[in-house]
Amino acid sequence: MGKEQPNARTLQQIDDNLRRVFREKVEEELPDRFKDLLAQLKQQDDSSGTDDPK
Amino acid sequence: MNTSDPRDELVEHLPALRAFALSLTRNGATADDMVQDTVVKAWTNIEKFEVGTNMRAWLFTILRNTYYSSRRKVKREVADVDGVFTEGMSEKPAHDGRLQMRDFRRAFDQLPDEQRETLILVGASGFSYEEAADMCGVAVGTIKSRANRGRQRLAELMHLDDDEAIEMTDQATMAVIGKNRATAF
Repeated sequence: MGKEQPNARTLQQIDDNLRRVFREKVEEELPDRFKDLLAQLKQQDDSSGTDDPK
Repeated sequence: MNTSDPRDELVEHLPALRAFALSLTRNGATADDMVQDTVVKAWTNIEKFEVGTNMRAWLFTILRNTYYSSRRKVKREVADVDGVFTEGMSEKPAHDGRLQMRDFRRAFDQLPDEQRETLILVGASGFSYEEAADMCGVAVGTIKSRANRGRQRLAELMHLDDDEAIEMTDQATMAVIGKNRATAF
């Protein structure tokens, strides 16, 4: 015999918690390194010329 | 026009992408390195992104591929997992019927990668089973079974079934007591 599936209330609680754990991580402040990285990538593209891709 | 460059959209997805990386790696430094790799790959391969499709799904897919290929490389090297196994694991959760978030996080971090990933995709991020299957390169049925097993495992790790377990123990104890009493006569 297999294990019983958790009941609907338990599953609901689990999913609520999953969303909460994930949301807490999403809401963490983004480290500056990523904004810097995007700026750097953009700058590289601009300096290599938009109309003449290598 | 600059406004039609899909790369401008990247920044909006970074918080979710980082949250996904943290959930997968359970380590802040590794997660940030993976996000960095993903952003560079996405930026330099932007022509492979189909405009009009879900960019978040595309980024998550790049990140998970990065994660699994680096995991293969380091193979059995024990990951330095933030916070996991550091606090008293055997501490009994509060018996007030509510899930304690600290216990929940700990239980979640103990799940196998595939289950953790699936639950983040379908349980927390709102992707459909079909989208998650596509992102992970597996069948929809595989995603469903990973999600079921993950939820079931969480329920066990959280001792959610304690009430039932106690009832069963009591019945078993009563049966033993009953038997002993019978043999005592």
